[in-house]
Amino acid sequence: MELRGKLLDISNLKVSFHTYRGVVKALNGVELWMDSGDRLGVVGETGCGKSVTSLAVMRLIEQPGEIQEGKVIFNGTNLVELSEEKMNRVRGVEMSMIFQEPRSSLNPVMKVGYQIGESIAKSKKIKIKQTYPEVKEMLRLVGLDPERVMNSYPHELSGGMSQRVMIGMGLASHPKLLIADEPTSALDVTIQAQILELLDELARKMGNAVMLITHDMGVVAEFCDKVLVMYAGNSVEYASTAKLFEKPLHPYTGGLLQAVPRVGRTDELMAIKGTVPDLVNPPSGCRFHPRCPHAMDICKVERPPFVEIEPDHYVACYLFKGKSEVREDG
Amino acid sequence: MNFGQFLLRRLFLMIIVLFGVACIVFFIANVIPADPVGAILGGNAPPEAVDRLKAKLGYDQPLIIRFGKFITGAVQGDFGVSLKTSNPVMEDIQNYFPATMELALVAIVISIILGITLGILSAVHRNKAIDQFSRVFSILGVSMPVFWIGLLLLLVFYFKLGWLPGSGRLGFFTYPPPRVTGMYLIDSIIAGQWDTFKEALLHILLPAFVLGYNATASIARITRASMLDVLRQDFIRTAKSKGLRKNIVIYRHALRNSLIPTVTIIGLVFGSLLEGAVLTETVFSWPGLGRYITTGMLFLDYPAVMGGTLYIALIYSIANLIVDILYALLDPRMRM
Amino acid sequence: MAKTVKVSKPFMDDLKHTVFLWRKSRLTMVGSALILIFLLMAAFAPLIAPYDPVQQNLQDKLQAPSWQHLFGTDQFGRDIFSRVVIGSRIALWIIFLVSVISGSIGIIVGVTAGYFGGIVDEVLMRITDMFLAFPSLVLAMAFAAMLGPNLTNTIIAISIVTWTTYARLSRAEAIKVKSQPYIEAIRAAGGGNLRIMFLHVLPMCISPVLVQLTLRMGTIILTAASLGFLGLGVQPPTPEWGAMVSDGRNYLIDQWWISTFPGIFIAFVVLGFNLLGDGIRDMLDPRLRR
Repeated sequence: MELRGKLLDISNLKVSFHTYRGVVKALNGVELWMDSGDRLGVVGETGCGKSVTSLAVMRLIEQPGEIQEGKVIFNGTNLVELSEEKMNRVRGVEMSMIFQEPRSSLNPVMKVGYQIGESIAKSKKIKIKQTYPEVKEMLRLVGLDPERVMNSYPHELSGGMSQRVMIGMGLASHPKLLIADEPTSALDVTIQAQILELLDELARKMGNAVMLITHDMGVVAEFCDKVLVMYAGNSVEYASTAKLFEKPLHPYTGGLLQAVPRVGRTDELMAIKGTVPDLVNPPSGCRFHPRCPHAMDICKVERPPFVEIEPDHYVACYLFKGKSEVREDG
Repeated sequence: MNFGQFLLRRLFLMIIVLFGVACIVFFIANVIPADPVGAILGGNAPPEAVDRLKAKLGYDQPLIIRFGKFITGAVQGDFGVSLKTSNPVMEDIQNYFPATMELALVAIVISIILGITLGILSAVHRNKAIDQFSRVFSILGVSMPVFWIGLLLLLVFYFKLGWLPGSGRLGFFTYPPPRVTGMYLIDSIIAGQWDTFKEALLHILLPAFVLGYNATASIARITRASMLDVLRQDFIRTAKSKGLRKNIVIYRHALRNSLIPTVTIIGLVFGSLLEGAVLTETVFSWPGLGRYITTGMLFLDYPAVMGGTLYIALIYSIANLIVDILYALLDPRMRM
Repeated sequence: MAKTVKVSKPFMDDLKHTVFLWRKSRLTMVGSALILIFLLMAAFAPLIAPYDPVQQNLQDKLQAPSWQHLFGTDQFGRDIFSRVVIGSRIALWIIFLVSVISGSIGIIVGVTAGYFGGIVDEVLMRITDMFLAFPSLVLAMAFAAMLGPNLTNTIIAISIVTWTTYARLSRAEAIKVKSQPYIEAIRAAGGGNLRIMFLHVLPMCISPVLVQLTLRMGTIILTAASLGFLGLGVQPPTPEWGAMVSDGRNYLIDQWWISTFPGIFIAFVVLGFNLLGDGIRDMLDPRLRR
């Protein structure tokens, strides 16, 4: 099977969580791919599975959750099948992750410089003490004063500064892929812009791809060149940012864009009818069908495959006829 | 408020509380007993003997005067003379207290080492064999009566296996080392008497383990709970995302954070060791303050009971004060 | 399908979750089972015990466990099994009375301190501190010894030592309740202090105190057994478990059963209360309710 993305190719990823209410089928066959240097935005409502997807890529899903099915091909290797030891060589070295709450994501009793040094030490297999010149360089790169910050503890830094530290920590080993899970959601708007700018600048300098998970279409518009829209554990649309904004195909995407205020818009803001489905007893077939104004009979029965409608524009919807062959394992 | 003010306030409170404690102690030994002298001598004692004992104990004087004497005496460290040993009570206390202190210290060292180890292993290998064993051990540890564990271990290790001695601090023919602290382990090292040290160590192992059993269980439980809590935190997820090996995540990242509640528990536990000492000393015939008080209570040796109880309350209060101070030091709000 | 329980759905969910947590924890179920056995044993004790617990039969003394004497006999020829079974009644009696007495004293002191605040609070709290300045066993021993060791005084002594926990708890609750707006409203409507205290503040304290009482029942038994063991508690021939353990001390080498069986029962009952208490505490802890 030919890979769609040379750096990362996720196909038919299924993840479930066993809770007291029953089995939460969080990911229902997610499709996602990236090439080197791509800036992919992963968007969707809260609970659509975007964070779970990123955790699955990093193999950080823990009990009571587990990966049921699917492939995550990163640089030619299927991460799902790797041993924990081999996975540890990938994590933090070839792919890193930064999280939403920077201050709680840093160890409160360790100095910041040490935590960054840890990443470098691991990837280069040297002692942490020897990494300090590089740590200082990294701090400078993320816009912080090394002398001030190096020996500080996380609680002594502001939210924006902590996020810069996290970015520094994530990029210190020059990974090929940086996953950013809502990196700006917990920050002030002005700081948000700064952080996005920083991510942009660094990605250019270091050449890493960025998977940016967010619910904010504005952030997507500004930072990402490609977008994957997710809904209730499925990928529903994939296109370049420009294309998605100009010509959204999937009814859900249309709804998302309609609900976002934009300069120049004069039409009414419309919320999408209905609510996010219960993932213990999800709707049959296409999980969006209860809220979809165009729902047909087949939508209730079988999940639509994620197919290419026009070059580099994929949708999972029966309203559109697939251009390329339907994937068997959909 | 700053630390100095905090300390002063605590000390002041402690003095007030100790005064109240003295009142309670006095009340127990002087107001409650319906017929204190008759209880000692028995029902058929001749009236002259009763009167003599009454005068000796000072029971012929009004309560207020007795209370006043007691307080003034207590402040100077004079608790009167023991009815049983005929020594000044304070002297008895000073003889017996180091034994209890030594027992408690060894108990706490054992329980910290064992407890923290078990707690960490339990949390890291959650729900696997070591965790189940440790949890059963812990829960049994806080459920089984100290004296019963003591008897059982005595039965096994002394009577049946003969591995460890069964009573006392030293063998029958061994002289104690020259007294510096009163604690044989320390004194024998100071005097360079290695054989005595070994013997004292063997004698203290079993009672200390028994005394510390509850503490071990408590420490293990709290370390486990705290560790599990820490392992759930965001920064642990970050550490894992950096691809660090499991051991590094646990020992470098999680451990320091999880020990904070453990430290406070250690302080609390020390106080409970004083209680357990009473029972352990009885089981192992350990000549400590606990046994002295128990004997005093059984034989209605009022001065010993008053003096001993007051002394124990004093030690207990000091231990609690130290815990409070440590806690204030650890709490970051106090650091700023 | 779910229309009828629309309003109480969060409550039902909560309840379902609580039962789920309870059943999921094997240890809590074990604890509950142990307590149930203990209660049944105490309830039907005279029917279960085959022999008279205090009757001496010197010709049968010091017999090893056998089918006639499940737990063997002691140095007076008394059947240990019967004594242990009857002893469960004594244990239950002690737990019950101590809980009622110490709980009541604790709530009253705590509510008074919390509600009135100021000097009353300070004084009551200092008094509480004074009782807490002793290791509880030592204080109980002192009281028991001076009052005269017997069952009643054991109960009194332990109660004196345990009320402080409930006082602190009730005080904290009272302080919380006191500042609620509806209390103000009642006062404005003319409600007097006593009325507010007893009808409105005190009931709010009952629930947490009850939980705490359950958590402490194990400790109560341990203290009673300790007093019995030292000779400062229930006196022979009454078959209190702690005293029974002490009875067998001199016969430990060859007749291990005299001390062992009562001890096992103490351990089981305390274990049961601890497991159950842990379970209750876990269930109520919001962080652990996943």
